[in-house]
Amino acid sequence: MSMRNNKNSTQKMTIAESLRLTIQQEMERDKKVFCIGEDIGIKGGFGGAFTVTLGLSEQFGHERILDTPISETGIAGVAIGAALSGMRPIADVQYSDFLFCAMDQLVNQAAKLRFMSGGKLKVPMVMRAPGGATTRGSQHSQSLESYFLHVPGLKVVCPSTAYDAKGLLTSAIRDDSPVLFFEHKLLYGSKGNRAEKGSISPVGEVPLYDYTIPFGKAKIRKKGKDVTILGKLRSVYTALEASKTLDQHKISCEVIDPRTIVPFDSKLLFNSVKKTGRLVIVDECTKTGGWAGEISALVQENIFKYLKKPVVRVTAPDTPVPFAPKLENFFIPQAKDVVKEVLKLF
Amino acid sequence: MNKKLLLSMHRKMLTIRLFEEKLNSLFLQGQIPGTLHLYNGQEACAVGVCENLSDKDWILSTHRPHGHAIAKGVSLQSMMAELFAKETGCCGGFGGSMHVGDINKGSVPAIAIVGGNIPIATGVALSFKMQKRKNVVCCFLGDGAINEGAFHEGVNMASIWGLPLIFVCENNLYGASTRIENMIGVEKLTDRLKGYGVKSFSVDGMDVTKVYTMINNLIKKIKSGQGPFFLECKTYRFVGHSRSDTNKYRQKSEEIFWKKKDPIIRIEKKLVKEKILDTLSIDKIYEEIKHELNQAVKFAKSSPHPKILNMKKYVYA
Repeated sequence: MSMRNNKNSTQKMTIAESLRLTIQQEMERDKKVFCIGEDIGIKGGFGGAFTVTLGLSEQFGHERILDTPISETGIAGVAIGAALSGMRPIADVQYSDFLFCAMDQLVNQAAKLRFMSGGKLKVPMVMRAPGGATTRGSQHSQSLESYFLHVPGLKVVCPSTAYDAKGLLTSAIRDDSPVLFFEHKLLYGSKGNRAEKGSISPVGEVPLYDYTIPFGKAKIRKKGKDVTILGKLRSVYTALEASKTLDQHKISCEVIDPRTIVPFDSKLLFNSVKKTGRLVIVDECTKTGGWAGEISALVQENIFKYLKKPVVRVTAPDTPVPFAPKLENFFIPQAKDVVKEVLKLF
Repeated sequence: MNKKLLLSMHRKMLTIRLFEEKLNSLFLQGQIPGTLHLYNGQEACAVGVCENLSDKDWILSTHRPHGHAIAKGVSLQSMMAELFAKETGCCGGFGGSMHVGDINKGSVPAIAIVGGNIPIATGVALSFKMQKRKNVVCCFLGDGAINEGAFHEGVNMASIWGLPLIFVCENNLYGASTRIENMIGVEKLTDRLKGYGVKSFSVDGMDVTKVYTMINNLIKKIKSGQGPFFLECKTYRFVGHSRSDTNKYRQKSEEIFWKKKDPIIRIEKKLVKEKILDTLSIDKIYEEIKHELNQAVKFAKSSPHPKILNMKKYVYA
């Protein structure tokens, strides 16, 4: 049942629902688009680990919602091969942690085939990867965006709202480069027995019509003048929560959501930091060698003279993600940590 | 086997051999950068396979790809220019020896991570099937690649989906310096395939007519809806693994044994015996190919270097 004919209407939905609608509409639009992954289309199964593809095999059949063995190297490699020869696969690993099993395919193959062929090949594939800490211990909880930031040839997308999820996934599917599409488990709003404890589950108005959000266009989530707080995925909400407390301290925060970290909208960030003179980066990736450090370097290389204070990183510590809820809470950057660091800047 | 086919296969094998001999000499003179993995001795595998394929059938290749690419029809000029790291190369000078290929000829620029090409080949074959294209995919791999995890995943997925794909394993007995029988727990390499439900065959990889006939039969089976298949080509590289390898791990007697099977000498004997060619006309073919190669070298040398400004251009599509 397609909803795309309701051209002008919007509907309130979660990120999981928004992603599902996007895949459905793109598969209706373009026969080349198909899904490949573990437990994505089995009748009575999960519809992907977080219900994103639930029900789609009934509409599109098992050839286009293609279930695979537990073979992440295979999933990535098959997606690359299909992409090279005319298809537009949306691949799915249940947890982003499993991407490590497929690193050769993603980093040596997907990212480099265009370059090594002198621009003659293209690899239009999307790799969807759920991340973020949710009391599942060290191997089902990581935030891996920073790893892929370091790989020229891959684009890295981090949606934080239902509206963005649709516009960004549509762009990803239509992009001719390989795109890593990170989804945060606490933002999905998955329902039933796949609901996540502690979910933020942002629900938003999502247009039923076709639209795209271009990569490399950040979004100001809250306007402010005293300090810029940059966060992605779940950390956008951490930053927003912190900004409410800081309002009470009469500190006005500008909260920026990059939406894609490769490419990255440095222009919007620079303009904000030029205005506020202060930058705090909040991120669930671990600290050393991570995205926050990269942005910090970018800012000081380009607009150092505008900085009133050193750039601050509020990230996960340099440990694996711990299991114990008390420790995991310490691991994940919290709004109170952001408040504490921002207050030090004034 | 008809005359035209034999002549064509002879010329292609000889072209590969002479191309690489030229390459090696240029390399030793310091005229081309990088490293080389020569195919010398294995020519019957590439040619016996590719002679069955059209430009719309795809091959995937390895770190030892010169023979595969030439057999599939990639031009000598663009190959030579690539080796010279020039903009006119088949990969614009961005690939080098280990990544030659030309997608317009159905030769995917080669993949130099052992086994890395296998799941990708499965993906190409899946996509052919989804698009109802009647073409086949041949994935070249070495004996060493069967111990990679990517082999396991790629072969299994090809098997469960019944894909139009032939895995062509060139068993030259060694992964670099390591003998294959010490690295597999089964008696024969093809025993592995039983575990995947993939039908496997072995063929004398030093006899181009046998490789050709075997692939021809397998493609017929694929066209009737069967597949995938695995073909072991028993072969030998007459040279070292790469530029600095002097083969100290191999017995001289073994090398002599295999040299006697030289696929080019073998087909030449056949051509003479069947009175298709005489020694004089064979000499003429050598001269023609050498001339072509000299032209290719001239072309490569006079071509421009790749442009720095294109580096960024090729990162994203």
